[in-house]
Amino acid sequence: MTSDLFRFAAPQAFFPLAGKLIPWFSVLAGVLTLAGLYVAFFVAPTDHQQGEAYRIIFIHVPAAWMSMFLYVVMAGWAGLGLALNTRLSGMMASAIAPTGAMFTFLALWTGALWGRPTWGAYWVWDARLTSELVLLFLYLGFIALKGAIEDPARADRAGAILALVGVVNVPIIYFSVQWWNTLHQGASVSLTRAPSMASTMLAGMLLMALAAWMYSIATTLCRVRSIILGRERDAEWVRMTKEQMRAAA
Amino acid sequence: MLEATALACERGGIRLFSDLGFALRAGDLLRVRGANGSGKTTLLRTLAGLTRPAAGEVCWRGNAIGDEYRREMLFLGHAAAVKDELTVLENLEFASRISGLEISEAKIKNALECLGIARLADLPARYLSQGQRKRAALARLALAPAVALWLLDEPFAALDDEAITRVSALCAAHLAAGGMLVLTSHQDVPIEAPDARAIELQG
Amino acid sequence: MLRASAFIIRRELRLALRRKGDVLNVLVFFVVVASLFPLGVGPEPNHLRAMAAGVAWIAALLAAVLSLPRLFAADYADGTLEQMLVSPQPLIVVVLAKAAAHWLLTGLPLALAAPVIGLQYDLPTDALGVLLASLLIGTPVLSLLGAAGAALTLGVRGGGALLGLLVLPLFVPVLVFGAGAVTSTLIGINPGAHLSLLGAFLAVSSLIGPWAACAALRVALD
Repeated sequence: MTSDLFRFAAPQAFFPLAGKLIPWFSVLAGVLTLAGLYVAFFVAPTDHQQGEAYRIIFIHVPAAWMSMFLYVVMAGWAGLGLALNTRLSGMMASAIAPTGAMFTFLALWTGALWGRPTWGAYWVWDARLTSELVLLFLYLGFIALKGAIEDPARADRAGAILALVGVVNVPIIYFSVQWWNTLHQGASVSLTRAPSMASTMLAGMLLMALAAWMYSIATTLCRVRSIILGRERDAEWVRMTKEQMRAAA
Repeated sequence: MLEATALACERGGIRLFSDLGFALRAGDLLRVRGANGSGKTTLLRTLAGLTRPAAGEVCWRGNAIGDEYRREMLFLGHAAAVKDELTVLENLEFASRISGLEISEAKIKNALECLGIARLADLPARYLSQGQRKRAALARLALAPAVALWLLDEPFAALDDEAITRVSALCAAHLAAGGMLVLTSHQDVPIEAPDARAIELQG
Repeated sequence: MLRASAFIIRRELRLALRRKGDVLNVLVFFVVVASLFPLGVGPEPNHLRAMAAGVAWIAALLAAVLSLPRLFAADYADGTLEQMLVSPQPLIVVVLAKAAAHWLLTGLPLALAAPVIGLQYDLPTDALGVLLASLLIGTPVLSLLGAAGAALTLGVRGGGALLGLLVLPLFVPVLVFGAGAVTSTLIGINPGAHLSLLGAFLAVSSLIGPWAACAALRVALD
């Protein structure tokens, strides 16, 4: 059974598998997003302190969760590639990075949109937003390093080392930013301190988080297919696939 | 003692060679021939442990190559590995110490004498000509006669006839004493060696 | 192993001595950057005193990042790095020795130049002492993690700026704890907690940095 699974570690076998899985995850993502947004806008009660503006939490918090989760997953794939010397692992790490960076940016942007009506400023140096900013830099560094190295095998290995260093440092960075925040601001200017959680709010956030997860899987699979085609372009099976696609079009 | 099994190497996505194998014993000379870009340097670097092969393995005394192997191996690549700011003497001193060899100024001067550049000992390397730098790099051969395996990448490039004679003499002495030598070269190798073999890389 | 580190460090120092410009450039850059801040934000003394810790530390970070590409680049170009990889010395010894030499040539001078910044920003003596201590503990981190960054970007396009992008986020804890120590002293709190956290991060970096640098060097010379 496991040897069957390992068969998919070859890019050639993974390519069609990914293609078959994408529609399922896309549909799941769509459905969960609709469900989550419904809860966010129609079911969750209005917060007596922050009014309607707080509803952005349903995007902000899941985005922040995903940004951190995806970094760990990306580092995991990268580490796997480094340890087992498999081409596909490096490609998966490259495929995850842009989505992770996107969620980080989304968390920052929604944080700013929340900040304006709540605190009067688009940017507040609270612990979570500042940590997300540093995480964005880590993602950008990873993408930049991979982009700057021409040889794909070397790029994968260098990126993997960077991702592993990053993943160990992320908790330390988060801790230090938290420390910095309490030192300087005393009573917290916690923009992202959620209003006391009604269970519906939690349900809404979980739905959106799951939706984000399904979306991430779908986009990653999509992206990895392009990466596979690009890297393996000299292989026979790629040429045949391109002909099939051209014939089908 | 040095064994390569089913070696395959890639560079820039191109498979340079596959299923390459050989075994070397004391006194063996292996010459790697091939056109430019055929993978001679890559093969040598793979034997030195710098490049990871796409397939196959290199074994020394039956074990995978590691620190033990590096103690008994000397690798001289394309670059002369000579620092401009240091004198020839200082360069060789560092190279020997990092290889774990016991070194003295007298020994270094002797080695330079073997390569005919003793008078350049205290000159910063930036003032050397190309050929002189190569000789300074090759002086390490005279400092490491007891090292079992020599891996040399184009040792005769940029050398004049007199230098070539000197280097060949060092190599021949090494082989006669039971050492092994693998080298890449375009030209014919002017080393006296009864057990010389060659590998031709098609590229 | 200790003997090996000793002669590698000695070589690095000897090379730096023959190219004095490199070390001095870093120091001057440090002072120049720190001097620019008042020109940018105004000369109000209380303002500047509050900023001093952060400015000193950021200037130190930038000066360190400036000096990092040189850690491996010259040896990579003339082939001596390759020789270090094929030598019987464990690569980690080479990396640690080079990082130590880098600290002696960059971090230590920066720490010793801190009083200049203290003077410019009118820091009280006790805060100055803490600044010195924080730099002495924190700058080795810059050399250790910086070595990993330098190894990763060896021979890569866009080296210097890319190196900065990679290592500066990783230096955030050093900045927070280092500058925080000085700031706490200014407001009368014991800096002990900050300095201990800084020390802890130094311990962590001395494990991660060299490991990553070794792995990255092997990748770069593949």
